[in-house]
Amino acid sequence: KDYRKVDEEFFEELEDILISADVGVNTVMQLIDELKDEARRRNISQAEDIQPVISEKLAEMLQKEEDESELNMQKNAMTVILFVGVNGVGKTTTIGKMAHKFREEGKKVVLAAGDTFRAGAIEQLEVWGERAGVDVVKQQAGSDPAAVMYDAVQSAKSKGADVLLCDTAGRLQNKVNLMNELEKVKRVISREIPDAPHEVLLVLDATTGQNAMSQAKTFSKSTDVSGIVLTKLDGTAKGGIVLAIRNELDIPVKFVGLGEGMDDLQQFQADQYVHGLFADVLHEAEEAAAERE
Amino acid sequence: MAFEGLAERLQGTLNKIRGKGKVSEADVKVMMREVRLALLEADVNFKVVKDFIARVKERAVGQEVLESLTPGQQVVKVVNEELTALMGGEQSKIATAQKPPTVVMMVGLQGAGKTTTTGKLANHLRKKHNRNPLMVAADIYRPAAIKQLETLGKQLNMPVFSMGDQVSPVEIARNAIAKAKEDHHDYVLIDTAGRLHIDEELMSELDDVKELAKPDEILLVIDAMTGQDAVNVAESFNERLGITGAVLTKLDGDTRGGAALSVRAVTGTPIKFAGMGEKTDALEPFHPERMASRILGM
Ligand SMILES: Nc1nc2c(ncn2[C@@H]2O[C@H](COP(=O)(O)OP(=O)(O)OP(=O)(O)O)[C@@H](O)[C@H]2O)c(=O)[nH]1
Ligand SMILES: Nc1nc2c(ncn2[C@@H]2O[C@H](COP(=O)(O)OP(=O)(O)OP(=O)(O)O)[C@@H](O)[C@H]2O)c(=O)[nH]1
Ligand SMILES: [K+]
Ligand SMILES: [Mg+2]
Ligand SMILES: [Mg+2]
Repeated sequence: KDYRKVDEEFFEELEDILISADVGVNTVMQLIDELKDEARRRNISQAEDIQPVISEKLAEMLQKEEDESELNMQKNAMTVILFVGVNGVGKTTTIGKMAHKFREEGKKVVLAAGDTFRAGAIEQLEVWGERAGVDVVKQQAGSDPAAVMYDAVQSAKSKGADVLLCDTAGRLQNKVNLMNELEKVKRVISREIPDAPHEVLLVLDATTGQNAMSQAKTFSKSTDVSGIVLTKLDGTAKGGIVLAIRNELDIPVKFVGLGEGMDDLQQFQADQYVHGLFADVLHEAEEAAAERE
Repeated sequence: MAFEGLAERLQGTLNKIRGKGKVSEADVKVMMREVRLALLEADVNFKVVKDFIARVKERAVGQEVLESLTPGQQVVKVVNEELTALMGGEQSKIATAQKPPTVVMMVGLQGAGKTTTTGKLANHLRKKHNRNPLMVAADIYRPAAIKQLETLGKQLNMPVFSMGDQVSPVEIARNAIAKAKEDHHDYVLIDTAGRLHIDEELMSELDDVKELAKPDEILLVIDAMTGQDAVNVAESFNERLGITGAVLTKLDGDTRGGAALSVRAVTGTPIKFAGMGEKTDALEPFHPERMASRILGM
């Protein structure tokens, strides 16, 4: 067994792990300082004793209430969910997966093809609609996304849908006119259904580095983001910036994307996620231990 | 802004130093810590940063800095020079085969911008180099990927070769190259499906396409917002395929784009183009020195 000391070297290694997971250098240094204090206070000198403290601390930082990764679903009315985010993060794919999930729960789902800009975006959503077996409301490529949303709300209402999932075109947060367009899309939905959208989900690509913070800030400002979907966690990137986002902006992660298939969407679990942050290290330690035996 | 620039960051350190008559090694150490932070905040990989700082430190404790009247500025200058060198000083152009057609393969993670860049590159080759490229739809997996490239082709009024999504990418590439020869296209741009660098099955599919198509250029398309993982991605694609260059997309955003440095450092291949928007004309040759300043926020 590896009796590792909790020393400077230990904390340096921890710092590297967290930085390489994209947690962000400021948050990492704050965390390390707190952990050092904690170790001193509790008189912890063995690595195996501090490991649970670290995990607990990170998990607490990410999830403050048990049920905060639950979606805000309406009991006796239609739930409208708006998906926003920068280009190529996985908005349309997540909508496809979520449509499938709701269908399996026996809900009636409608999709709104609000990306009228990107080549093939409408067709992509239609393929997902077919896969999940749900209707897609669309207009021609190039038409006004706010008009599509208006149509979609009316159509979903008249179909008696339980859930309306609204796709939007990817946009970089520094494009002011595109962010204004998004605000307008949201406004149109709210005008038709006063408390809608019931969720505004910001889709973040786990591969993204520190820019995700700027994405979270700007999208929150224009659309009041209620939760995050962290996609592409099936790769080697960890998306650790969600820790900093939670810390600074208090936006919870609600779902994670784990692949390109229909079933590759999971509700977020903080402890599982934190375990994943250290998975490689744990794996290495286990291998080293096995080798010694 | 999410990140203050390095110059700004260094200001605090500089102010402390200014009162002193001379700059010591300890002062340089403090400054190097600031540089390290700036690079990490710009998403440069932490291992790349470590090597970089070691190299810069060596120069910074030398006479050229310590005996200068403006040591702070000197450090910034050294950092900038080293960074530009690491970025790969010269601008690098796209390959042209001895015997046409020149075959270009676009590869990378999901959503990086391969398909869009394929359209942009076709447009660039036609407009700037007077070429006649054929775009090839070899992504048989992503929903409507073929339709996406065809739509771009229609917007550009340029041909797209496709065989639907029931034929293997190798077969598509074989037929596309034959077709290009027949129709006298001088470039063949193969758009492949996004894939994870750890997906053995899909990576070996790229091996097969490479084997058949014998590309003159394999471009890794990488999102400028990519974080620390950029090195893993670049390293894996490079070890597997031997990439010849990279395209950095979405640089029209407000990211610092430290991934550029990581990609360059681990593959040693140049970044050839920068994606500057979603439209088909938003592709620019990549300028290493501008990128260095951007990473530092100057
Ligand atoms: N490996 C992996 N790939 C994913 C995941 N989610 C989405 N993708 C892939 O990422 C790429 C982009 O996904 P899209 O759903 O088109 O992303 P988007 O945000 O709608 O993109 P734009 O509309 O162009 O802004 C596609 O190839 C998806 O299959 C995930 O969780 N894991
Ligand atoms: N703002 C901006 N958006 C870009 C740029 N390049 C690509 N995009 C957008 O990024 C998203 C993904 O681009 P795609 O070309 O579909 O990416 P891909 O790598 O082909 O994706 P997959 O085939 O799913 O792996 C789209 O919304 C594009 O419009 C760029 O340079 N700037
Ligand atoms: K991406
Ligand atoms: Mg989309
Ligand atoms: Mg593509």
